[in-house]
Amino acid sequence: MGSELGNSPMGNLSKRERWLLKGGRVIDPVNSRDGAFDLLIDGDRIVRVGRDLPVEGGVSVVEVPAGLVICPGLIDMHVHLREPGQEHKETVATGTAAAVAGGFTAVACMPNTIPVNDNAGVTRFILTKAAEASLARVYPIGAVSRGQQGEQLADIAELKEAGCVAVTDDGRPVATALLMRRALEYTSMYDMPVIEHCEEQTLKGDGVAHEGFHASALGLRGIPAEAESIMALRDIALAELTRGALHIAHMSARQTLDAVRWGKSRGANVTCEVTPHHFVLTDAMLGAPTAYDTNVKMNPPLREAADRDAMLAGLADGSVDVIATDHAPHHYDEKRVEFDHAPFGITGLETAVSLCFDRLVHTGVVSLSRLIELLTVNPARVLRVNGGSLSEGAPADISILAPDMTVTVSAAAMRSKSRNTPFDGWTLRGGVAATVVGGRSVYVDKNAMLGHCG
Amino acid sequence: MKKDLLSINDLTRDDIYLILDTAEAMREVGERPIKKVPTLRGRTIVNLFYEPSTRTRTSFEIAEKRLSADTLNIAVATSSVLKGETLVDTALNIEAMAPDMIVLRHASSGAGHLLSRICRSRIINAGDGMHEHPTQALLDAFTIREHKKRLDGLKVAIVGDLLHSRVLRSNVLLLTTLGACVWVSGPATLVPRGMDQLGIRVTTSVDEAVADADVIMMLRIQQERMQGAYFPSIREYFTTFGMTRERVARAKPDVIIMHPGPMNRGVEIASDVADGPYSVILQQVANGVAVRMAVLYLLAGEPEVAD
Amino acid sequence: MPVVMDADRMGRTLARIAHEILERNRGVDELALVGIRTRGVPLARRLARAIFEINGHEVPTGALDITLYRDDLMRHAVGPQPLIRKTEIPFSIDDKRILLVDDVLYTGRTIRAALDALIDFGRPKAIQLIVMVDRGHRELPIKADYVGKNLPTSLSQSVQVHLQEIDGRDEVEIQES
Repeated sequence: MGSELGNSPMGNLSKRERWLLKGGRVIDPVNSRDGAFDLLIDGDRIVRVGRDLPVEGGVSVVEVPAGLVICPGLIDMHVHLREPGQEHKETVATGTAAAVAGGFTAVACMPNTIPVNDNAGVTRFILTKAAEASLARVYPIGAVSRGQQGEQLADIAELKEAGCVAVTDDGRPVATALLMRRALEYTSMYDMPVIEHCEEQTLKGDGVAHEGFHASALGLRGIPAEAESIMALRDIALAELTRGALHIAHMSARQTLDAVRWGKSRGANVTCEVTPHHFVLTDAMLGAPTAYDTNVKMNPPLREAADRDAMLAGLADGSVDVIATDHAPHHYDEKRVEFDHAPFGITGLETAVSLCFDRLVHTGVVSLSRLIELLTVNPARVLRVNGGSLSEGAPADISILAPDMTVTVSAAAMRSKSRNTPFDGWTLRGGVAATVVGGRSVYVDKNAMLGHCG
Repeated sequence: MKKDLLSINDLTRDDIYLILDTAEAMREVGERPIKKVPTLRGRTIVNLFYEPSTRTRTSFEIAEKRLSADTLNIAVATSSVLKGETLVDTALNIEAMAPDMIVLRHASSGAGHLLSRICRSRIINAGDGMHEHPTQALLDAFTIREHKKRLDGLKVAIVGDLLHSRVLRSNVLLLTTLGACVWVSGPATLVPRGMDQLGIRVTTSVDEAVADADVIMMLRIQQERMQGAYFPSIREYFTTFGMTRERVARAKPDVIIMHPGPMNRGVEIASDVADGPYSVILQQVANGVAVRMAVLYLLAGEPEVAD
Repeated sequence: MPVVMDADRMGRTLARIAHEILERNRGVDELALVGIRTRGVPLARRLARAIFEINGHEVPTGALDITLYRDDLMRHAVGPQPLIRKTEIPFSIDDKRILLVDDVLYTGRTIRAALDALIDFGRPKAIQLIVMVDRGHRELPIKADYVGKNLPTSLSQSVQVHLQEIDGRDEVEIQES
């Protein structure tokens, strides 16, 4: 990681106290800014934002090449860092390295570790590891129930106090309506959202792919879309009952999106997220180009074109609040098995930004400003963390993005420990030029920052 | 032809006819006093069966031996799979001994596709999960052609557990490719999504399906399906979907009754139908050897050079 | 393309061979004709008819496909396997004098394959070989007992026997490859 900082213009930045980010297009929806602005950074804070700021003594200047976009640090609120317990897939160190390479200054990590993050000990362990790695910020998400077993609530107050920003039993739904009700009521005391993996388990059964034509043709057991939407409806009704904060994770089905719209129209405190693979891919990938590719197996599964298009429409019209990757690394050996036996999940941190640019911005589905809302403003709001803006006094968490950079996805070159991505070899337009966390540049693409967008 | 036979989709119409025509010649070998030709002498074929099977495995073994190939049968017990080697490791270990072909039967759909990406040996799919069983469909087509002299324009009714049947999927693909009019029928709980997009007629009325049919093909019903609440009881299944003499009477007078086996008498098919004059079930088994000989022979040459 | 035998010539040659067969073989009852696919088959049938016209005796006739016995399968072939046609020998060959019939005798490998195939069908008393054309260049110790025409050729040439039943005309021609 140090090598990228070597001779680049952002080279020895970590030693600099004050520096000026000049040029580049600053897009900061919270402060209604979109244009040529300079940012003055002092230590770990942004101290001034304005047009053509004067260069004072002792301030280093970083000229941002034309065409690059400067925005509040991106936040991925759905990431599996796998540590403690499954370090062969990923660690906090490698996961946060992948995050900053992907342009993310912060990630929220899921509690389905081994042991489960249902107590302060595990939470503090994760935070310690994050501090050691000193790359992206890590916001742990704690479990709703002890051991994620769905019986008793976990010690949620303790989790919050230790540093958790939300709770979830992700990997599974909250087991019963009663438990979900209690979770929503309880977390409302601490201003934390309950993040829900919507899945009616008896309908899901032993399914491995979306129940539709492609799964039928390939002889794969299906998971109907209603397995997701039924649970979403249950949870939204409970959110209305309790006035708790519900966030629906990795939404995949158009029926679920309709449920979210219904809930919002009735004033329920519900937000939702979509992963890049769910607005780019469909279940046709099960058969081609590689039949039974386990890098196309995730939960919730890739659905039909109509669902993918509904997600795009929701991203455009504001019904979808957040884009989050559900980064789920798995070791190569675990995925090199029969489709039935492969674990669900694909990586996402290092492909998200390129997919967002290529398939949302350049296709005209959303504006750059809206994309930034989806990738940082809204996640910060849902998680109630300090981020999502480039205000004076805010932490200097900055993402510098290159909307026109040509990126060829290479699984082998990724910083994540795992290679399970269906996008290997894809050529996309848009990428990451640099990532700054707390005033330190933790990732730099030399070519991009020197103005060669390749 | 492609390197592997994993699905009927790997075969063009011409390939299918070539296999059927070659099977005719292969059948004659089985009628000689010395049922052997030296064609695959020195070739090694591994029968890697992860699911128990008497019929298919024996059929392949006889076919291989009639072509003078060296056969190796590996029957993998389920428990050793769960405890031990992955499919990929097993296959790579076998590959190290340089077999020419691997005939694979496995409980997971797509197992053959996984191996074909890893192995240089030719892979013949002898049944993968719920996906396909190509040689079964080929021998079914061979049997139909033997009796009806053609396939295009025939009404073929396939009845039973459509959802879990690999025989169904292969047969639908093959029969539609050759121009037959395919009707499938089963309880609504056992109809896979999207069936109607395959160019066939789907009905939950077995009487409608078999009306004026030239061919009736019965699929096995697994007794365990009652646990998954797919239908209430064997008794009710037999009454509503079982092939009885009365139902057979709705078909054409020269209808043929087929079944891939093994049969559940009194569940999907009545005994008097299975043993009756229209049944060609045992001929299917006999034809299986000739068809598999044809497939082994045709796949044993060098694969066509791809551009 | 030089034509080395026309229809008339071929007809007289087959008649001559039919007489030779009867001359050399005492017991007509023991005889059976087996044509090697593809063009050996119509030749065998014509010989059977010629023999019938001479002495009223019907010689049983069969067709043998030797593809499965070839020694060059799966060696250099790039592309699909050669097509197999059915073998039809509707009589027992045990204790018979088999007259194997082929159109062109060249390296002798086809005949070797035919001998292997026939042995699998039973135990004939004797096997004799009839060919329309012997073009030389034997690679195995095989000789024909009855030859229509000896035709010295070079390796770069090929000999085509055209038959009415298959090609619509009776003609033997030599082609340069």
